[in-house]
Amino acid sequence: MNRHGILAIYRFEMARFKRTLWQSLVTPVLTTSLYFVVFGAAIGPRMNQIDGVTYGAFIVPGLIMLSVFTESLNNASFGIYLPKFTGTIYELLSAPISPLEIVLAYVGAAATKSVILGLVILATANLFVPVHVEHPFWMMGFLVLTATTFCLFGFVIGIWAKGFEQLSFIPMLIVTPLTFLGGAFYSIDMLPPAWRTFSLFNPVVYLISGFRWCFYGAADVSFGASLAMTLVFFAACLGLAAWIFRTGYRLKS
Amino acid sequence: MPSIISIAKLGKTYASGLTALRDVDLEIERGEIFALLGPNGAGKTTLINIVCGIVTPTSGTVKVDGHDVVRDYRASRSLIGLVPQELHTDMFETVWNTATFSRGLFGRGPDPAHLEKVLKSLTLWEKRNDKIMTLSGGMKRRVLIAKALAHEPQVLFLDEPTAGVDVELRRDMWALVRQLRGEGVTIILTTHYIEEAEEMADRIGVVSKGMLIVVEEKARLMKKLGKKQLTLHLTQPLAALPAGLEDWRLVMKNDGADLEYNFDADDERSIPALLKRLDELGVGFRDLQTRQSSLEDIFVSLTSTRP
Repeated sequence: MNRHGILAIYRFEMARFKRTLWQSLVTPVLTTSLYFVVFGAAIGPRMNQIDGVTYGAFIVPGLIMLSVFTESLNNASFGIYLPKFTGTIYELLSAPISPLEIVLAYVGAAATKSVILGLVILATANLFVPVHVEHPFWMMGFLVLTATTFCLFGFVIGIWAKGFEQLSFIPMLIVTPLTFLGGAFYSIDMLPPAWRTFSLFNPVVYLISGFRWCFYGAADVSFGASLAMTLVFFAACLGLAAWIFRTGYRLKS
Repeated sequence: MPSIISIAKLGKTYASGLTALRDVDLEIERGEIFALLGPNGAGKTTLINIVCGIVTPTSGTVKVDGHDVVRDYRASRSLIGLVPQELHTDMFETVWNTATFSRGLFGRGPDPAHLEKVLKSLTLWEKRNDKIMTLSGGMKRRVLIAKALAHEPQVLFLDEPTAGVDVELRRDMWALVRQLRGEGVTIILTTHYIEEAEEMADRIGVVSKGMLIVVEEKARLMKKLGKKQLTLHLTQPLAALPAGLEDWRLVMKNDGADLEYNFDADDERSIPALLKRLDELGVGFRDLQTRQSSLEDIFVSLTSTRP
């Protein structure tokens, strides 16, 4: 195993994170704070409790997930797209490092950033509403798993993308709508039966529901189903990344 | 001593249908400077990229120090340093950080002393904390070389290393290449500048339309394929070529004021006989010039005569 190679990429990506701290960390925290102001402070008091949780506290897991999804996709896709765009990918392709090690390094760095971001948002949320985490171990595990899964997905998008427009296409037009419709701001039990059934086809419902269970012990779908769905998504992204490197899709000619 | 790079029956056809390489066989000797010449699109960069792992071969095998570049890529790639043709750099990184990154990427542990030596040899030491985006084009080229040398490779590929750089930097690079060869590094360079190959290379390979048409020691190539030309400026112009000079196939130039004699580079014995015969015929000359064809002439004749 090329341990030095993995560390080199990991450190390089973390250095990029530090250089772009404002964009990577401060902007999502500011955006999340605005959500709390609007949904938590302004609208929240007019809403009923959901599963015995105040509306302001109820939306915390969804908001963390929303930022983790978006930033994981952005960080990981940009991390691998940038070398493609600047041409420095030649060095990566000519290095004695395996595809798995490359994925480990890039996705590891991107997931680290996302987990840090998720925890910072959690701390920020605590300033607005009292947040209780009933299953802290599962919460951390689920946060890491979700961040890693979406970073893998972002990595695949970064390789697939031929331009900046394609880079933001899936996060903006697919993932963000699915997240808003996936119960980030409401329980799917609040929906009419037909919409509720329809929502169950949205994979993001399982991710948010599982993460919310870690906080409050109650969720729209069972934690086992959420975990299974996340693992399936993770395996699918891993398989896609492995196929890309095996075939050299959009990397090698 | 076994070759450090062995290429056998190498072929590459891109998805577009373009065949960039056809059945290329090549052995690169350990410690030599090998220049790969060829017009644009001849297949030089494809060849280099296959050896380095950037392009997948369609057929054939490549071994670096006995390691197959596909099956045993870790071992083969760790021996190679590549300086690409284009100035691809991490613009926002410092010189020191990018060199440190390259060393780690190629599986080597930190060695600040080695990096310091590399940066000093490339006169980059004073710029080590500068961001690459602030450097000139020539300095960026040096950074790419520093990155390629950071992991102490045994084989260094220089793809058009002096394209677009000034004369001073070109001379510096030639000196560096010689120094590296002195340290035992094998160097393969592609270049458009024939004088570069003429100045530095031990052996020369000419690629044309995806085929390696010549591989020869530079001196032997110039002797074998080179031509010499003797021009005699006569004291009195000739109206016609006198009888008795047929063996030399002389050409009259400038209305008979000059005589031109073209001969093979290794056939110099005929000149004394020619001069003796001219003296016998009473043809005097006031000056003479000789010219030997350059590598460029040979290159042009080789690539232009191919179908």
